[in-house]
Amino acid sequence: MTEALLLQGRWWNAAGRRFRHNGLACTALALLTLLMLAALLGPWLSHWRFDSLDWQHLGQPPGGGGHWLGTDRLGRDLLVRTLYGLRLSLLVGLLASSVSLVIGVSWGALAGFSGGRVDGWMMRFVDVMYALPYLFVVIILTTLFPRGSLTVLLVALGAVGWLTTARIVRAQTLALKQREFIDAARVSGVSGAGILRRHVVPNVLGPVVVYATLVVPQMILAESFLSFLGLGVQEPQASLGSLVYGGAQEMESAPWMLLVPASVLVLLLLCLNLLGDGLRDAFDPRDS
Amino acid sequence: MLKLALRRMAAILPTLFVIISLSFAIIRLAPGGPFDQEETLSPAVRANLERSYGLNEPLGVQYLRYLGGLLHGDFGPSLTQRDFSVGELIARGLPLSATLGLAAIGVALLAGLPLGIAAAVWRSRGMDLSVAACAALGIALPSFVVGPLLALVFGVHLRWLPVGGFEAGAPRFLVLPVLTLALPVAAYLARLMRASLLEVLRAPYMRSARARGIGATRLLWRHALRPALLPVVSYLGPAAAFVITGSLVVEEVFGLPGSGRFLVQGAINRDYPLVMGMVIVYGALTLILNLLADLAYGWLDPGTRRD
Repeated sequence: MTEALLLQGRWWNAAGRRFRHNGLACTALALLTLLMLAALLGPWLSHWRFDSLDWQHLGQPPGGGGHWLGTDRLGRDLLVRTLYGLRLSLLVGLLASSVSLVIGVSWGALAGFSGGRVDGWMMRFVDVMYALPYLFVVIILTTLFPRGSLTVLLVALGAVGWLTTARIVRAQTLALKQREFIDAARVSGVSGAGILRRHVVPNVLGPVVVYATLVVPQMILAESFLSFLGLGVQEPQASLGSLVYGGAQEMESAPWMLLVPASVLVLLLLCLNLLGDGLRDAFDPRDS
Repeated sequence: MLKLALRRMAAILPTLFVIISLSFAIIRLAPGGPFDQEETLSPAVRANLERSYGLNEPLGVQYLRYLGGLLHGDFGPSLTQRDFSVGELIARGLPLSATLGLAAIGVALLAGLPLGIAAAVWRSRGMDLSVAACAALGIALPSFVVGPLLALVFGVHLRWLPVGGFEAGAPRFLVLPVLTLALPVAAYLARLMRASLLEVLRAPYMRSARARGIGATRLLWRHALRPALLPVVSYLGPAAAFVITGSLVVEEVFGLPGSGRFLVQGAINRDYPLVMGMVIVYGALTLILNLLADLAYGWLDPGTRRD
Protein backbone atom coordinates (compact mmCIF):
# COMPACT_ATOMS: atom_id res chain seq x y z
CA MET A 1 0.00 0.00 0.00
CA THR A 2 2.71 2.50 0.94
CA GLU A 3 4.56 1.49 -2.20
CA ALA A 4 1.51 2.32 -4.29
CA LEU A 5 1.18 5.69 -2.61
CA LEU A 6 4.84 6.40 -3.21
CA LEU A 7 4.48 5.53 -6.90
CA GLN A 8 1.42 7.72 -7.15
CA GLY A 9 3.29 10.61 -5.56
CA ARG A 10 6.11 10.19 -8.04
CA TRP A 11 3.61 10.19 -10.92
CA TRP A 12 2.14 13.48 -9.69
CA ASN A 13 5.60 15.00 -9.26
CA ALA A 14 6.63 14.00 -12.76
CA ALA A 15 3.43 15.43 -14.20
CA GLY A 16 3.92 18.67 -12.25
CA ARG A 17 7.51 18.92 -13.53
CA ARG A 18 6.43 18.37 -17.13
CA PHE A 19 3.72 21.00 -16.74
CA ARG A 20 6.13 23.58 -15.26
CA HIS A 21 8.48 23.10 -18.22
CA ASN A 22 5.63 23.96 -20.61
CA GLY A 23 5.98 27.76 -20.80
CA LEU A 24 2.88 28.27 -22.93
CA ALA A 25 0.63 26.33 -20.55
CA CYS A 26 2.03 28.17 -17.51
CA THR A 27 1.41 31.55 -19.16
CA ALA A 28 -2.12 30.41 -19.97
CA LEU A 29 -2.67 29.41 -16.35
CA ALA A 30 -1.40 32.79 -15.09
CA LEU A 31 -3.59 34.73 -17.55
CA LEU A 32 -6.56 32.57 -16.67
CA THR A 33 -6.08 33.28 -12.97
CA LEU A 34 -5.99 37.02 -13.73
CA LEU A 35 -9.18 36.75 -15.82
CA MET A 36 -10.96 34.84 -13.05
CA LEU A 37 -9.89 37.35 -10.40
CA ALA A 38 -11.06 40.23 -12.63
CA ALA A 39 -14.39 38.48 -13.23
CA LEU A 40 -14.88 37.88 -9.49
CA LEU A 41 -13.68 41.22 -8.12
CA GLY A 42 -14.10 43.64 -11.05
CA PRO A 43 -17.88 44.14 -11.03
CA TRP A 44 -17.75 44.50 -7.26
CA LEU A 45 -15.00 47.20 -7.29
CA SER A 46 -16.63 49.45 -9.88
CA HIS A 47 -19.41 51.81 -8.86
CA TRP A 48 -21.32 50.93 -12.04
CA ARG A 49 -23.60 47.95 -11.98
CA PHE A 50 -24.05 45.65 -14.98
CA ASP A 51 -27.51 47.11 -15.60
CA SER A 52 -27.14 50.69 -14.34
CA LEU A 53 -27.78 53.32 -17.02
CA ASP A 54 -25.62 56.43 -17.40
CA TRP A 55 -27.87 58.85 -19.32
CA GLN A 56 -25.07 61.39 -19.82
CA HIS A 57 -22.88 58.92 -21.71
CA LEU A 58 -24.89 56.87 -24.19
CA GLY A 59 -22.69 55.03 -26.70
CA GLN A 60 -19.55 56.59 -25.16
CA PRO A 61 -16.24 55.56 -26.83
CA PRO A 62 -13.57 54.10 -24.51
CA GLY A 63 -11.88 56.49 -22.09
CA GLY A 64 -14.52 59.18 -21.70
CA GLY A 65 -17.00 59.96 -18.93
CA GLY A 66 -15.39 57.70 -16.34
CA HIS A 67 -15.98 54.57 -18.44
CA TRP A 68 -12.62 52.93 -19.23
CA LEU A 69 -13.90 50.84 -22.11
CA GLY A 70 -16.89 52.98 -23.06
CA THR A 71 -20.62 52.28 -22.78
CA ASP A 72 -23.30 50.68 -24.93
CA ARG A 73 -26.36 52.38 -26.48
CA LEU A 74 -28.17 52.39 -23.14
CA GLY A 75 -25.19 53.90 -21.30
CA ARG A 76 -24.22 50.71 -19.48
CA ASP A 77 -20.51 50.44 -18.64
CA LEU A 78 -18.93 48.02 -21.08
CA LEU A 79 -16.04 46.95 -18.85
CA VAL A 80 -18.40 46.01 -16.02
CA ARG A 81 -20.76 44.25 -18.41
CA THR A 82 -17.90 42.33 -20.03
CA LEU A 83 -16.51 41.23 -16.65
CA TYR A 84 -20.02 40.30 -15.57
CA GLY A 85 -20.48 38.32 -18.80
CA LEU A 86 -17.10 36.68 -18.23
CA ARG A 87 -18.25 35.62 -14.77
CA LEU A 88 -21.46 34.16 -16.16
CA SER A 89 -19.65 32.38 -19.01
CA LEU A 90 -17.11 30.88 -16.58
CA LEU A 91 -19.88 29.81 -14.22
CA VAL A 92 -21.92 28.18 -16.98
CA GLY A 93 -18.78 26.55 -18.40
CA LEU A 94 -17.70 25.06 -15.08
CA LEU A 95 -21.16 23.95 -13.95
CA ALA A 96 -22.17 22.51 -17.33
CA SER A 97 -18.88 20.61 -17.45
CA SER A 98 -19.62 19.20 -13.99
CA VAL A 99 -23.10 18.13 -15.10
CA SER A 100 -21.66 16.43 -18.18
CA LEU A 101 -18.94 14.84 -16.06
CA VAL A 102 -21.45 13.33 -13.63
CA ILE A 103 -23.61 11.94 -16.45
CA GLY A 104 -20.64 10.75 -18.49
CA VAL A 105 -18.91 8.99 -15.59
CA SER A 106 -22.11 7.29 -14.42
CA TRP A 107 -23.12 6.25 -17.96
CA GLY A 108 -19.68 4.99 -18.95
CA ALA A 109 -18.97 3.18 -15.68
CA LEU A 110 -22.40 1.53 -15.68
CA ALA A 111 -22.09 0.45 -19.32
CA GLY A 112 -18.55 -0.86 -18.95
CA PHE A 113 -19.27 -2.62 -15.65
CA SER A 114 -22.54 -4.23 -16.80
CA GLY A 115 -21.11 -5.45 -20.08
CA GLY A 116 -23.09 -7.59 -22.53
CA ARG A 117 -26.34 -6.38 -23.99
CA VAL A 118 -26.81 -3.46 -21.59
CA ASP A 119 -23.38 -2.17 -22.58
CA GLY A 120 -24.20 -2.62 -26.25
CA TRP A 121 -27.43 -0.62 -26.08
CA MET A 122 -25.99 2.12 -23.89
CA MET A 123 -23.06 2.67 -26.22
CA ARG A 124 -25.28 2.42 -29.31
CA PHE A 125 -27.24 5.34 -27.89
CA VAL A 126 -23.98 7.27 -27.51
CA ASP A 127 -23.13 6.51 -31.16
CA VAL A 128 -26.49 7.83 -32.34
CA MET A 129 -26.09 11.04 -30.34
CA TYR A 130 -22.59 11.41 -31.76
CA ALA A 131 -23.97 11.39 -35.28
CA LEU A 132 -25.98 14.58 -34.63
CA PRO A 133 -24.38 18.01 -34.42
CA TYR A 134 -24.74 18.37 -30.64
CA LEU A 135 -25.83 22.01 -30.71
CA PHE A 136 -28.99 20.88 -32.52
CA VAL A 137 -29.90 18.76 -29.54
CA VAL A 138 -29.11 21.63 -27.19
CA ILE A 139 -31.33 23.93 -29.26
CA ILE A 140 -34.19 21.42 -29.05
CA LEU A 141 -33.67 21.13 -25.29
CA THR A 142 -33.66 24.91 -24.77
CA THR A 143 -37.08 25.12 -26.44
CA LEU A 144 -38.57 22.90 -23.75
CA PHE A 145 -38.43 25.49 -20.98
CA PRO A 146 -38.86 29.22 -20.53
CA ARG A 147 -35.96 30.99 -22.17
CA GLY A 148 -33.18 32.70 -20.24
CA SER A 149 -33.19 30.29 -17.32
CA LEU A 150 -29.63 29.42 -16.31
CA THR A 151 -30.64 26.00 -15.04
CA VAL A 152 -32.07 25.06 -18.43
CA LEU A 153 -28.87 26.16 -20.14
CA LEU A 154 -26.76 24.11 -17.73
CA VAL A 155 -28.88 20.99 -18.08
CA ALA A 156 -29.13 21.30 -21.87
CA LEU A 157 -25.39 21.73 -22.32
CA GLY A 158 -24.52 19.08 -19.75
CA ALA A 159 -27.03 16.64 -21.21
CA VAL A 160 -25.18 16.63 -24.51
CA GLY A 161 -21.55 17.18 -23.59
CA TRP A 162 -21.03 13.87 -21.79
CA LEU A 163 -20.63 11.55 -24.78
CA THR A 164 -16.83 11.53 -25.04
CA THR A 165 -16.49 11.29 -21.25
CA ALA A 166 -18.74 8.22 -21.29
CA ARG A 167 -16.56 6.56 -23.96
CA ILE A 168 -13.35 7.26 -22.02
CA VAL A 169 -14.83 6.01 -18.74
CA ARG A 170 -16.24 2.88 -20.35
CA ALA A 171 -12.86 1.95 -21.84
CA GLN A 172 -11.17 2.51 -18.46
CA THR A 173 -13.83 0.51 -16.66
CA LEU A 174 -13.45 -2.43 -19.05
CA ALA A 175 -9.73 -2.47 -18.26
CA LEU A 176 -10.34 -2.15 -14.50
CA LYS A 177 -12.79 -5.06 -14.47
CA GLN A 178 -9.94 -7.46 -15.20
CA ARG A 179 -7.98 -6.40 -12.12
CA GLU A 180 -7.65 -8.59 -9.03
CA PHE A 181 -8.93 -6.07 -6.47
CA ILE A 182 -12.32 -5.99 -8.19
CA ASP A 183 -12.50 -9.79 -7.99
CA ALA A 184 -11.43 -9.58 -4.35
CA ALA A 185 -14.20 -7.09 -3.59
CA ARG A 186 -16.76 -9.30 -5.34
CA VAL A 187 -15.63 -12.39 -3.47
CA SER A 188 -15.89 -10.59 -0.14
CA GLY A 189 -19.53 -9.86 -0.96
CA VAL A 190 -19.53 -6.20 -1.99
CA SER A 191 -22.58 -5.41 -4.15
CA GLY A 192 -22.26 -4.27 -7.76
CA ALA A 193 -23.27 -0.72 -6.86
CA GLY A 194 -20.72 -0.73 -4.03
CA ILE A 195 -17.91 -1.86 -6.33
CA LEU A 196 -18.86 0.82 -8.85
CA ARG A 197 -18.87 3.53 -6.20
CA ARG A 198 -15.88 2.47 -4.11
CA HIS A 199 -13.53 0.92 -6.66
CA VAL A 200 -14.42 1.81 -10.23
CA VAL A 201 -15.36 5.49 -10.16
CA PRO A 202 -12.43 6.73 -8.00
CA ASN A 203 -10.00 4.90 -10.27
CA VAL A 204 -11.28 6.34 -13.55
CA LEU A 205 -11.46 9.92 -12.26
CA GLY A 206 -7.82 10.81 -13.03
CA PRO A 207 -7.90 10.67 -16.83
CA VAL A 208 -11.43 12.03 -16.82
CA VAL A 209 -10.51 15.17 -14.89
CA VAL A 210 -7.66 15.85 -17.32
CA TYR A 211 -10.09 15.48 -20.23
CA ALA A 212 -12.59 17.72 -18.44
CA THR A 213 -10.22 20.70 -18.70
CA LEU A 214 -10.83 20.53 -22.45
CA VAL A 215 -14.60 20.25 -21.95
CA VAL A 216 -14.82 23.60 -20.12
CA PRO A 217 -13.88 25.74 -23.16
CA GLN A 218 -16.25 23.70 -25.35
CA MET A 219 -19.08 24.43 -22.93
CA ILE A 220 -18.22 28.14 -22.78
CA LEU A 221 -18.14 28.24 -26.56
CA ALA A 222 -21.49 26.46 -26.82
CA GLU A 223 -23.08 28.79 -24.27
CA SER A 224 -21.80 31.87 -26.14
CA PHE A 225 -23.06 30.37 -29.40
CA LEU A 226 -26.57 29.95 -27.96
CA SER A 227 -26.56 33.39 -26.36
CA PHE A 228 -25.40 34.86 -29.68
CA LEU A 229 -28.39 33.28 -31.42
CA GLY A 230 -30.73 34.61 -28.71
CA LEU A 231 -31.44 31.18 -27.22
CA GLY A 232 -29.26 31.54 -24.12
CA VAL A 233 -28.83 34.31 -21.56
CA GLN A 234 -31.43 37.09 -21.93
CA GLU A 235 -31.23 40.88 -21.37
CA PRO A 236 -30.41 42.64 -19.08
CA GLN A 237 -28.16 39.73 -18.08
CA ALA A 238 -25.07 39.43 -20.20
CA SER A 239 -22.79 36.61 -21.25
CA LEU A 240 -19.82 37.01 -23.56
CA GLY A 241 -21.87 35.60 -26.44
CA SER A 242 -24.79 38.00 -26.04
CA LEU A 243 -22.35 40.93 -25.70
CA VAL A 244 -20.64 39.92 -28.96
CA TYR A 245 -24.07 39.78 -30.59
CA GLY A 246 -24.95 43.25 -29.28
CA GLY A 247 -21.59 44.55 -30.49
CA ALA A 248 -22.02 43.03 -33.93
CA GLN A 249 -25.30 44.97 -34.33
CA GLU A 250 -23.50 48.27 -33.59
CA MET A 251 -20.11 47.66 -35.14
CA GLU A 252 -20.42 50.21 -37.95
CA SER A 253 -20.76 53.15 -35.58
CA ALA A 254 -19.29 51.76 -32.34
CA PRO A 255 -16.69 49.04 -33.04
CA TRP A 256 -15.53 48.91 -29.40
CA MET A 257 -18.82 47.30 -28.41
CA LEU A 258 -17.78 44.32 -30.55
CA LEU A 259 -14.03 44.36 -29.95
CA VAL A 260 -14.05 44.41 -26.12
CA PRO A 261 -16.19 41.31 -25.43
CA ALA A 262 -14.83 39.50 -28.50
CA SER A 263 -11.20 39.83 -27.40
CA VAL A 264 -12.00 38.74 -23.84
CA LEU A 265 -13.84 35.68 -25.17
CA VAL A 266 -11.00 34.73 -27.53
CA LEU A 267 -8.39 35.22 -24.80
CA LEU A 268 -10.41 33.06 -22.41
CA LEU A 269 -10.90 30.24 -24.93
CA LEU A 270 -7.24 30.37 -25.99
CA CYS A 271 -6.01 30.15 -22.38
CA LEU A 272 -8.38 27.30 -21.50
CA ASN A 273 -7.39 25.31 -24.60
CA LEU A 274 -3.67 25.82 -24.01
CA LEU A 275 -4.06 24.88 -20.34
CA GLY A 276 -6.02 21.76 -21.26
CA ASP A 277 -3.43 20.72 -23.85
CA GLY A 278 -0.64 21.35 -21.33
CA LEU A 279 -2.34 19.25 -18.66
CA ARG A 280 -2.98 16.42 -21.10
CA ASP A 281 0.65 16.43 -22.22
CA ALA A 282 1.83 16.52 -18.60
CA PHE A 283 -0.34 13.62 -17.44
CA ASP A 284 -0.29 11.54 -20.60
CA PRO A 285 3.15 12.02 -22.17
CA ARG A 286 2.60 9.15 -24.65
CA ASP A 287 0.33 11.36 -26.74
CA SER A 288 2.74 14.19 -27.47
CA MET B 1 -15.58 -2.56 -50.11
CA LEU B 2 -19.06 -2.70 -51.67
CA LYS B 3 -20.28 -4.76 -48.73
CA LEU B 4 -18.89 -2.19 -46.32
CA ALA B 5 -20.61 0.62 -48.21
CA LEU B 6 -23.98 -1.19 -48.20
CA ARG B 7 -23.69 -2.04 -44.52
CA ARG B 8 -22.89 1.56 -43.60
CA MET B 9 -25.77 2.83 -45.73
CA ALA B 10 -28.19 0.42 -44.07
CA ALA B 11 -27.03 1.67 -40.66
CA ILE B 12 -28.13 5.23 -41.47
CA LEU B 13 -31.85 4.44 -41.53
CA PRO B 14 -32.25 3.21 -37.93
CA THR B 15 -30.13 6.13 -36.71
CA LEU B 16 -32.36 8.55 -38.59
CA PHE B 17 -35.44 6.81 -37.19
CA VAL B 18 -34.13 7.23 -33.63
CA ILE B 19 -33.38 10.90 -34.29
CA ILE B 20 -36.91 11.48 -35.62
CA SER B 21 -38.57 9.68 -32.73
CA LEU B 22 -36.44 11.36 -30.05
CA SER B 23 -36.97 14.86 -31.39
CA PHE B 24 -40.69 14.18 -31.81
CA ALA B 25 -40.95 12.98 -28.22
CA ILE B 26 -38.91 15.85 -26.74
CA ILE B 27 -40.70 18.57 -28.66
CA ARG B 28 -44.24 17.27 -28.10
CA LEU B 29 -43.76 16.67 -24.40
CA ALA B 30 -42.60 20.27 -23.94
CA PRO B 31 -44.77 22.64 -21.95
CA GLY B 32 -46.03 25.59 -23.96
CA GLY B 33 -47.70 25.38 -27.34
CA PRO B 34 -47.33 27.21 -30.64
CA PHE B 35 -50.41 29.36 -30.02
CA ASP B 36 -49.34 30.61 -26.58
CA GLN B 37 -48.12 33.95 -27.85
CA GLU B 38 -51.43 34.96 -29.36
CA GLU B 39 -53.14 35.44 -26.02
CA THR B 40 -56.27 37.04 -27.41
CA LEU B 41 -57.43 33.74 -28.92
CA SER B 42 -60.75 32.60 -27.52
CA PRO B 43 -60.91 28.96 -26.39
CA ALA B 44 -63.17 28.07 -29.32
CA VAL B 45 -60.82 29.56 -31.93
CA ARG B 46 -57.89 27.89 -30.24
CA ALA B 47 -59.59 24.51 -30.29
CA ASN B 48 -60.39 25.01 -33.96
CA LEU B 49 -56.81 25.91 -34.76
CA GLU B 50 -55.52 22.88 -32.89
CA ARG B 51 -58.01 20.65 -34.65
CA SER B 52 -57.07 21.95 -38.10
CA TYR B 53 -53.42 21.10 -37.38
CA GLY B 54 -54.32 17.76 -35.80
CA LEU B 55 -52.82 18.76 -32.45
CA ASN B 56 -55.87 17.56 -30.50
CA GLU B 57 -55.41 13.90 -31.33
CA PRO B 58 -53.50 11.41 -29.14
CA LEU B 59 -49.72 11.69 -29.44
CA GLY B 60 -49.39 8.20 -30.87
CA VAL B 61 -51.74 9.03 -33.75
CA GLN B 62 -49.90 12.29 -34.43
CA TYR B 63 -46.59 10.42 -34.45
CA LEU B 64 -47.78 7.76 -36.92
CA ARG B 65 -49.34 10.39 -39.15
CA TYR B 66 -46.10 12.39 -39.11
CA LEU B 67 -44.03 9.31 -40.01
CA GLY B 68 -46.47 8.52 -42.83
CA GLY B 69 -46.10 12.06 -44.15
CA LEU B 70 -42.31 11.83 -44.00
CA LEU B 71 -42.42 8.74 -46.19
CA HIS B 72 -44.09 10.89 -48.86
CA GLY B 73 -41.63 13.71 -48.31
CA ASP B 74 -44.23 15.77 -46.42
CA PHE B 75 -42.91 17.60 -43.34
CA GLY B 76 -46.29 19.12 -42.47
CA PRO B 77 -47.38 22.76 -42.37
CA SER B 78 -45.38 25.45 -40.60
CA LEU B 79 -47.30 26.70 -37.57
CA THR B 80 -45.94 30.26 -37.65
CA GLN B 81 -45.52 30.96 -41.37
CA ARG B 82 -48.98 29.76 -42.26
CA ASP B 83 -48.84 30.16 -46.02
CA PHE B 84 -45.95 27.74 -46.35
CA SER B 85 -45.31 24.09 -45.63
CA VAL B 86 -42.11 23.20 -43.81
CA GLY B 87 -40.90 21.42 -46.93
CA GLU B 88 -41.32 24.58 -49.02
CA LEU B 89 -39.51 26.75 -46.46
CA ILE B 90 -36.53 24.41 -46.20
CA ALA B 91 -36.41 23.84 -49.97
CA ARG B 92 -36.24 27.61 -50.50
CA GLY B 93 -33.32 28.10 -48.12
CA LEU B 94 -31.37 24.89 -48.57
CA PRO B 95 -29.66 25.58 -51.94
CA LEU B 96 -28.00 28.71 -50.55
CA SER B 97 -26.96 26.94 -47.32
CA ALA B 98 -25.60 23.99 -49.27
CA THR B 99 -23.59 26.28 -51.57
CA LEU B 100 -22.22 28.05 -48.53
CA GLY B 101 -21.23 24.82 -46.78
CA LEU B 102 -19.69 23.09 -49.80
CA ALA B 103 -17.76 26.21 -50.78
CA ALA B 104 -16.45 26.50 -47.22
CA ILE B 105 -15.23 22.90 -47.15
CA GLY B 106 -13.68 23.34 -50.60
CA VAL B 107 -11.85 26.51 -49.59
CA ALA B 108 -10.69 24.88 -46.34
CA LEU B 109 -9.25 21.91 -48.25
CA LEU B 110 -7.60 24.11 -50.89
CA ALA B 111 -6.00 26.32 -48.24
CA GLY B 112 -5.38 23.87 -45.39
CA LEU B 113 -3.83 20.90 -47.20
CA PRO B 114 -1.11 22.77 -49.19
CA LEU B 115 -0.22 24.76 -46.06
CA GLY B 116 0.08 21.58 -44.00
CA ILE B 117 2.19 19.84 -46.68
CA ALA B 118 4.45 22.89 -47.01
CA ALA B 119 4.88 23.07 -43.24
CA ALA B 120 5.86 19.39 -43.10
CA VAL B 121 8.28 19.53 -46.06
CA TRP B 122 10.07 22.77 -45.17
CA ARG B 123 10.40 22.13 -41.49
CA SER B 124 11.80 24.92 -39.37
CA ARG B 125 11.21 26.27 -35.91
CA GLY B 126 9.51 29.39 -37.26
CA MET B 127 7.20 27.31 -39.42
CA ASP B 128 6.35 24.96 -36.54
CA LEU B 129 5.51 27.89 -34.29
CA SER B 130 3.36 29.68 -36.86
CA VAL B 131 1.41 26.51 -37.70
CA ALA B 132 0.81 25.85 -33.99
CA ALA B 133 -0.22 29.47 -33.39
CA CYS B 134 -2.58 29.54 -36.40
CA ALA B 135 -4.19 26.27 -35.37
CA ALA B 136 -4.63 27.40 -31.74
CA LEU B 137 -6.16 30.70 -32.89
CA GLY B 138 -8.32 28.98 -35.50
CA ILE B 139 -9.79 26.77 -32.80
CA ALA B 140 -10.21 29.54 -30.22
CA LEU B 141 -11.81 32.04 -32.63
CA PRO B 142 -15.51 31.14 -32.80
CA SER B 143 -17.33 31.82 -36.08
CA PHE B 144 -19.58 34.37 -34.41
CA VAL B 145 -16.48 36.43 -33.60
CA VAL B 146 -14.66 35.91 -36.92
CA GLY B 147 -17.74 36.82 -38.96
CA PRO B 148 -18.39 40.26 -37.43
CA LEU B 149 -14.63 41.01 -37.39
CA LEU B 150 -14.27 40.20 -41.10
CA ALA B 151 -17.36 42.28 -41.85
CA LEU B 152 -15.89 45.14 -39.80
CA VAL B 153 -12.56 45.10 -41.64
CA PHE B 154 -13.54 44.25 -45.22
CA GLY B 155 -17.08 45.61 -45.23
CA VAL B 156 -17.11 48.69 -43.01
CA HIS B 157 -13.52 49.97 -43.19
CA LEU B 158 -12.13 48.84 -46.54
CA ARG B 159 -15.54 48.72 -48.27
CA TRP B 160 -14.35 45.90 -50.54
CA LEU B 161 -17.26 43.57 -49.89
CA PRO B 162 -20.85 43.88 -48.71
CA VAL B 163 -21.37 43.71 -44.94
CA GLY B 164 -24.39 41.46 -45.31
CA GLY B 165 -27.46 40.59 -47.31
CA PHE B 166 -27.74 38.57 -50.47
CA GLU B 167 -28.67 39.03 -54.11
CA ALA B 168 -29.09 36.00 -56.32
CA GLY B 169 -26.22 35.54 -58.77
CA ALA B 170 -23.79 37.85 -56.93
CA PRO B 171 -20.99 35.71 -55.46
CA ARG B 172 -19.38 38.68 -53.69
CA PHE B 173 -22.10 38.36 -51.04
CA LEU B 174 -20.80 34.90 -50.24
CA VAL B 175 -17.07 35.69 -49.94
CA LEU B 176 -17.03 36.72 -46.28
CA PRO B 177 -19.49 34.03 -45.08
CA VAL B 178 -17.48 31.31 -46.83
CA LEU B 179 -14.21 32.63 -45.38
CA THR B 180 -15.72 32.75 -41.89
CA LEU B 181 -16.81 29.13 -42.08
CA ALA B 182 -13.63 27.91 -43.79
CA LEU B 183 -10.97 29.54 -41.57
CA PRO B 184 -11.17 27.27 -38.50
CA VAL B 185 -11.51 24.14 -40.64
CA ALA B 186 -8.51 25.18 -42.74
CA ALA B 187 -6.44 25.82 -39.60
CA TYR B 188 -7.30 22.41 -38.20
CA LEU B 189 -6.69 20.65 -41.53
CA ALA B 190 -3.27 22.29 -41.88
CA ARG B 191 -2.22 21.09 -38.42
CA LEU B 192 -3.55 17.59 -39.05
CA MET B 193 -1.96 17.30 -42.50
CA ARG B 194 1.41 18.48 -41.20
CA ALA B 195 1.43 16.08 -38.23
CA SER B 196 0.37 13.04 -40.24
CA LEU B 197 2.75 13.73 -43.15
CA LEU B 198 5.65 14.13 -40.71
CA GLU B 199 4.78 10.80 -39.13
CA VAL B 200 4.60 9.03 -42.51
CA LEU B 201 7.88 10.56 -43.65
CA ARG B 202 9.57 9.09 -40.56
CA ALA B 203 8.18 5.58 -41.15
CA PRO B 204 10.66 2.75 -41.90
CA TYR B 205 9.21 2.03 -45.36
CA MET B 206 9.90 5.60 -46.37
CA ARG B 207 13.51 5.16 -45.30
CA SER B 208 13.85 2.05 -47.42
CA ALA B 209 12.22 3.83 -50.38
CA ARG B 210 14.77 6.60 -49.95
CA ALA B 211 17.55 3.98 -49.77
CA ARG B 212 16.37 2.57 -53.11
CA GLY B 213 17.14 5.98 -54.56
CA ILE B 214 13.64 7.38 -55.12
CA GLY B 215 13.80 11.16 -55.45
CA ALA B 216 12.30 13.46 -52.82
CA THR B 217 9.50 14.78 -55.05
CA ARG B 218 8.37 11.35 -56.24
CA LEU B 219 8.66 10.05 -52.69
CA LEU B 220 6.33 12.76 -51.43
CA TRP B 221 3.67 12.62 -54.15
CA ARG B 222 3.67 8.89 -54.94
CA HIS B 223 4.39 7.28 -51.60
CA ALA B 224 3.83 9.58 -48.63
CA LEU B 225 0.76 11.60 -49.49
CA ARG B 226 -1.81 8.84 -49.76
CA PRO B 227 -1.29 7.26 -46.33
CA ALA B 228 -0.84 10.74 -44.82
CA LEU B 229 -4.32 11.72 -46.08
CA LEU B 230 -6.08 9.09 -43.92
CA PRO B 231 -6.44 11.15 -40.70
CA VAL B 232 -7.46 14.14 -42.81
CA VAL B 233 -10.25 12.18 -44.46
CA SER B 234 -11.51 10.85 -41.15
CA TYR B 235 -11.72 14.45 -39.92
CA LEU B 236 -14.00 15.39 -42.85
CA GLY B 237 -17.07 13.91 -41.14
CA PRO B 238 -16.72 16.05 -37.99
CA ALA B 239 -15.76 18.99 -40.23
CA ALA B 240 -19.07 18.65 -42.08
CA ALA B 241 -20.96 18.69 -38.77
CA PHE B 242 -18.95 21.74 -37.74
CA VAL B 243 -19.74 23.59 -40.96
CA ILE B 244 -23.44 22.74 -40.73
CA THR B 245 -23.60 24.04 -37.14
CA GLY B 246 -21.50 27.09 -38.01
CA SER B 247 -23.80 27.97 -40.90
CA LEU B 248 -26.53 28.77 -38.34
CA VAL B 249 -24.41 31.60 -36.98
CA VAL B 250 -22.94 32.72 -40.29
CA GLU B 251 -26.37 33.07 -41.89
CA GLU B 252 -27.43 35.15 -38.88
CA VAL B 253 -24.31 37.35 -38.95
CA PHE B 254 -24.43 38.10 -42.67
CA GLY B 255 -28.21 38.13 -43.07
CA LEU B 256 -28.24 35.32 -45.63
CA PRO B 257 -31.66 33.82 -46.49
CA GLY B 258 -30.50 30.22 -46.04
CA SER B 259 -32.31 27.48 -44.16
CA GLY B 260 -30.24 27.68 -40.93
CA ARG B 261 -32.31 30.55 -39.51
CA PHE B 262 -35.43 28.35 -39.60
CA LEU B 263 -34.03 26.17 -36.84
CA VAL B 264 -33.42 29.15 -34.55
CA GLN B 265 -36.71 30.89 -35.45
CA GLY B 266 -38.59 27.64 -35.08
CA ALA B 267 -37.02 27.04 -31.68
CA ILE B 268 -37.88 30.53 -30.46
CA ASN B 269 -41.48 30.38 -31.76
CA ARG B 270 -42.14 26.75 -30.80
CA ASP B 271 -42.92 25.92 -34.42
CA TYR B 272 -42.70 22.13 -33.89
CA PRO B 273 -42.91 20.94 -37.50
CA LEU B 274 -40.30 23.49 -38.60
CA VAL B 275 -37.78 22.47 -35.90
CA MET B 276 -38.37 18.78 -36.60
CA GLY B 277 -38.01 19.26 -40.33
CA MET B 278 -34.74 21.12 -39.84
CA VAL B 279 -33.35 18.54 -37.40
CA ILE B 280 -34.28 15.71 -39.74
CA VAL B 281 -32.88 17.36 -42.89
CA TYR B 282 -29.67 18.57 -41.22
CA GLY B 283 -29.30 15.32 -39.27
CA ALA B 284 -29.65 13.30 -42.48
CA LEU B 285 -27.13 15.58 -44.20
CA THR B 286 -24.63 15.04 -41.38
CA LEU B 287 -25.12 11.28 -41.53
CA ILE B 288 -24.68 11.18 -45.33
CA LEU B 289 -21.56 13.35 -45.24
CA ASN B 290 -20.12 11.14 -42.48
CA LEU B 291 -20.86 8.10 -44.63
CA LEU B 292 -19.10 9.67 -47.64
CA ALA B 293 -16.07 10.46 -45.48
CA ASP B 294 -16.03 6.85 -44.20
CA LEU B 295 -16.24 5.48 -47.74
CA ALA B 296 -13.40 7.73 -48.91
CA TYR B 297 -11.39 6.46 -45.95
CA GLY B 298 -12.10 2.86 -46.89
CA TRP B 299 -11.09 3.56 -50.49
CA LEU B 300 -7.79 5.14 -49.41
CA ASP B 301 -6.92 2.56 -46.76
CA PRO B 302 -5.77 -0.75 -48.28
CA GLY B 303 -6.49 -2.51 -44.96
CA THR B 304 -10.26 -1.96 -45.18
CA ARG B 305 -10.40 -2.51 -48.95
CA ARG B 306 -9.24 -6.08 -48.62
CA ASP B 307 -12.08 -7.07 -46.27
